Amino acid sequence: MKHDSQAERFDVIVIGGGHAGCEAAAASARMGARTALVTKSISDIGVMSCNPAIGGLGKGQIVREIDALDGLMARMADRAGIQFRILNRSRGPAARGPRAQIDRRLYQRAMQTELATYPNLSTVVGMVDGLILQEGQVSGVRLHDGRAVLAGAVVLTAGTFLRGVIHIGRKRIAAGRVGEAPAELLGRNLESFGLAVGRLKTGTPARLHQRTIDWDGLERQPGDSDPEPFSFLSDGIATPQVDCRITRTTAATHDIIRDAFVDSPLRTGAIVGHGPRYCPSIEDKVSRFGDRDGHQIFLEPEGFDTELVYPNGVSTSLSESAQERFLRTIPGLERVEIARYGYAIEYDYFDPRGLFPTLESKNLCRLFLAGQVNGTTGYEEAAGQGVLAGINAALRSSGATPAVLERSASFIGVMIDDLTSRGVTEPYRMFTSRSEFRLSLRADNADFRLTPVGTSLGCVSGGRTAAFRMRELETSEVARKLSGLSATPQMTRSFGIDVKEDGVRRTAMELLARVDVCFEDLIRMWPELSNSSASARMQVETDAKYAVYLDRQNGAVSDYRARLAAKLSPDLDYRSIPGLSNEIRSRLLKAKPLTLGHAYEVEGMTPAAMTLLAAYAKRGEAGA
Amino acid sequence: MAESDTIFALATPPGRSALAVFRISGAQAGYVLEMLSGRAVPEARRVVLRAISDPDSGERIDTGLATFFKGPASFTGEDLLELTVHGGRGVINAVSSILRRFEKVRTAEPGEFTRRAYSAGKFDLAQAEAIADLIDSETEFQRRQALRLLDNGLGRRAEVWRQSLLQIAVELESVLDFSDEGDVGEAQVEGLVARAEELRLEIVRARDAGARSLALRNGFTVVIAGPPNVGKSTLFNLLAGSELAIVTEYAGTTRDLLSTDLDLDGVPVKLVDTAGVRVALDPVEAIGVERARSAIGSADLVVRLQSGDVDPFDEAAPGDLVVWSKADRFAPPKGVIAISSVDFDSISKLIKSIRERALNTVGDGSEGLLTRQRHLDALAISADALGRLIEASRGNRLELAAEECRDVNVALGSISGSFGAEELLGAIFARFCIGK
Ligand SMILES: Cc1cc2nc3c(=O)[nH]c(=O)nc-3n(C[C@H](O)[C@H](O)[C@H](O)COP(=O)(O)OP(=O)(O)OC[C@H]3O[C@@H](n4cnc5c(N)ncnc54)[C@H](O)[C@@H]3O)c2cc1C
Repeated sequence: MKHDSQAERFDVIVIGGGHAGCEAAAASARMGARTALVTKSISDIGVMSCNPAIGGLGKGQIVREIDALDGLMARMADRAGIQFRILNRSRGPAARGPRAQIDRRLYQRAMQTELATYPNLSTVVGMVDGLILQEGQVSGVRLHDGRAVLAGAVVLTAGTFLRGVIHIGRKRIAAGRVGEAPAELLGRNLESFGLAVGRLKTGTPARLHQRTIDWDGLERQPGDSDPEPFSFLSDGIATPQVDCRITRTTAATHDIIRDAFVDSPLRTGAIVGHGPRYCPSIEDKVSRFGDRDGHQIFLEPEGFDTELVYPNGVSTSLSESAQERFLRTIPGLERVEIARYGYAIEYDYFDPRGLFPTLESKNLCRLFLAGQVNGTTGYEEAAGQGVLAGINAALRSSGATPAVLERSASFIGVMIDDLTSRGVTEPYRMFTSRSEFRLSLRADNADFRLTPVGTSLGCVSGGRTAAFRMRELETSEVARKLSGLSATPQMTRSFGIDVKEDGVRRTAMELLARVDVCFEDLIRMWPELSNSSASARMQVETDAKYAVYLDRQNGAVSDYRARLAAKLSPDLDYRSIPGLSNEIRSRLLKAKPLTLGHAYEVEGMTPAAMTLLAAYAKRGEAGA
Repeated sequence: MAESDTIFALATPPGRSALAVFRISGAQAGYVLEMLSGRAVPEARRVVLRAISDPDSGERIDTGLATFFKGPASFTGEDLLELTVHGGRGVINAVSSILRRFEKVRTAEPGEFTRRAYSAGKFDLAQAEAIADLIDSETEFQRRQALRLLDNGLGRRAEVWRQSLLQIAVELESVLDFSDEGDVGEAQVEGLVARAEELRLEIVRARDAGARSLALRNGFTVVIAGPPNVGKSTLFNLLAGSELAIVTEYAGTTRDLLSTDLDLDGVPVKLVDTAGVRVALDPVEAIGVERARSAIGSADLVVRLQSGDVDPFDEAAPGDLVVWSKADRFAPPKGVIAISSVDFDSISKLIKSIRERALNTVGDGSEGLLTRQRHLDALAISADALGRLIEASRGNRLELAAEECRDVNVALGSISGSFGAEELLGAIFARFCIGK
């Protein structure tokens, strides 16, 4: 292959400046790698394609995990958030998820400003048309204008752009987002390397002009009065806060949608890709849940210096005229003007079972994939993968071994494990029920779970490491104090805590584990406890309340690790293992499992075959 | 079911031999021996004689041989105890139930010893292949067992439990994951608690019934009845002495009745002789008659012995196996089962018909489900976890309730198959219109 000798050379190239791309580029740069973020235009950096919100149940935990690894999303959201809420606030800490409405423009600006502060991160503007390979390994990218950029590893985060097609009614438009050209050539180029390609679909609702909405007549949905930031490093929220509004579809809305359904690309068969079950279009909702007398719609401002409103809950690919007609049957929207019509988009994704859990392609060495291209949906999911892909691309290009995030220690790990071992049949989104370790994977302790991991990998800045050490120290200090203080039943009862009169002294820690005791009660009993930080108190209290369950779960976690962590070589020649059926043999050759746990997920796996592999896993370890 | 638990299993087939060997593997093995014997763990790999008692009550159970292997120099690579006791069911049951009472000690899953040995790197590849076949056949056995479960009613019941648990999970998880969706709304705690309570009761009931049927399976009681001098004791000794019957516990008198435990080709039978019972002549004898009558009343099968030279003592009840003895000397009526102490064939035939009757009554164990201790254990774990689930739900701690639900799913899963995240999400999306 001929190269322009003037070709620019980096350690890591990231294709695409969406949520996965920004995090990947920043993580790679934090690792010390000279990094190029290749984007088709500067204004694409940090764009939110769909709803103006970040976080939620499951997703909010991922945002905190990204922050714990010193990623960007949490801090950017804190700078751009215009309505913060902790979902499930009335429930236990393990059920809570932080969420915020975001001002799109502020977010983009914050992201672009932040990336500019990274000294070893350069932005290259250009459309990537294909990969450059050297001796079967990815060594760079070719841009549409003919330039080549070279690097030791490449991260692909092209989102919904690979052969993207937009559907509105019977119209089909080739695009990666509305008004943006798709990446046709890159899609074809990647397929030619033998990556397994599939099609998925997602959709977005129309955008509305607020001045044409009867805003004040609708039910208010305010944010929390004391907004809680996403980032462990933010001290507070400086942006002004706004309310959302709530309305519902009506019987008349449903009639119009039913009539218009004949022209829907879902009905005409124009769309082949699967859409998410949990994020159906309004036409799906009406056909599947026609018995409901109305479906809730959240009217979310897209920012406070814009008057665009995002109607959450009515994503659609019906024709423009049908969209206009059905929206106007909704209370508050009788006179609504549409700024941009809703649409569905179909795009290529690559079967994530073709990835190692490091997010490196099994087919193409030195190529890492993150975000929507792996079959996920959502900014947080994309960003979470981006962080790991960036870290690993930097490790790979420096000759080090890429890292894996454990399923038992983070939602990011759960997601990547699900993706790489099971693949997807619909766009993958995080739900807390996907994790068997929900009580320990909480939003409040993401830093305890991941910051030390990030520090040892080298992707956490000194400032954050120091801040975390401080918090860790304060927390363990409070815990130590609580274990040292104890009270007789008599004394405890005199403070209104109903313990048994059994003569047994109970430590402050034991008392705190009870449902009916909170830290303030302990301060009443031992006033000297009041000089500890609020964050440490809260952490110790949460841990104490879950302690019994966590002990049980830690048993499960360590068993789980021991069983599944045994390593398999990716170069293992399964043909040489006697006793495996041909079918399993070929599946294993394709899957290239890295651990016994991954092998276990291979379709058709039997206990007998697992037993055989276990022998090789042991061998591998002994040889390593 | 944790991998770090200490596991135990009977290494000898139950009811087949005079001695029974328990294998206990895991971190607790040494501690278990200390508690059972009241003495320190012996030197590794040395066979020692130990008195075995119930550590809670102090009651002496048996005297047995103990061999302790220190991991990793053991079959499983873990600390391993081999405990040999007398093979009687009483002893085996007592030891099993004591072992189960230890924390972090449980009955082994099929193939679990082998698997542990495996992960400790105890085999080379050739051995591994042989063992792979073994584990596979275990799995095949489980599969067949599961299939049988499906068409015998119990399987359908297990499926109903599974569905019921899935609905409980939907209720909990929909609130935890989708409370911000308009269609989900607030938790329906009362309905959830009612459903969980119903499921718990059903499981408790099934567990109790299972425990009863397990007890029945462990002792199919056959009582030999008949007037004096009809040949009851002779028959008792013939049965107990036959090559087809393995004596697992030697005869002794229980409440004036002579009984022995037999293994009739895999079917455990308790044989009871009511010898010496006749029409009560005095008050002391009357007590003996009463005991014989009550043994007959609670028997699973009565062998009603008659012969041409004595008058029948009691009417044969329907279901009794009427047998004519002394057939070589007094010709029995046509068409009845006839035996003679000199005709071994006739005794073998009788043993076969007793075995058949036993199998017809308690089944051959192939219906699986609740006659397996493992399943009863799983039901007990499920019932406990459901109890905690109900408590947590009442306190509105749904994230804790969901955790208990996960445990029930794993435990019940060993009977009915558990559900995974995708199936659960599918059930949520089918019930609620999710999608902002
Ligand atoms: C119409 C629509 C509806 C959606 N609806 C939802 C929803 O309801 N809920 C939800 O959670 N998520 C939704 N999403 C998904 C969400 O926007 C994505 O999951 C998320 O943005 C993915 O992030 P990413 O970094 O993988 O890709 P993107 O954010 O799409 O970023 C990809 C970037 O790569 C750049 N790029 C692509 N190809 C090239 C190339 N060849 N050369 C140079 N640059 C390139 C693009 O310019 C873009 O900046 C929707 C997305 C769309 C488009």
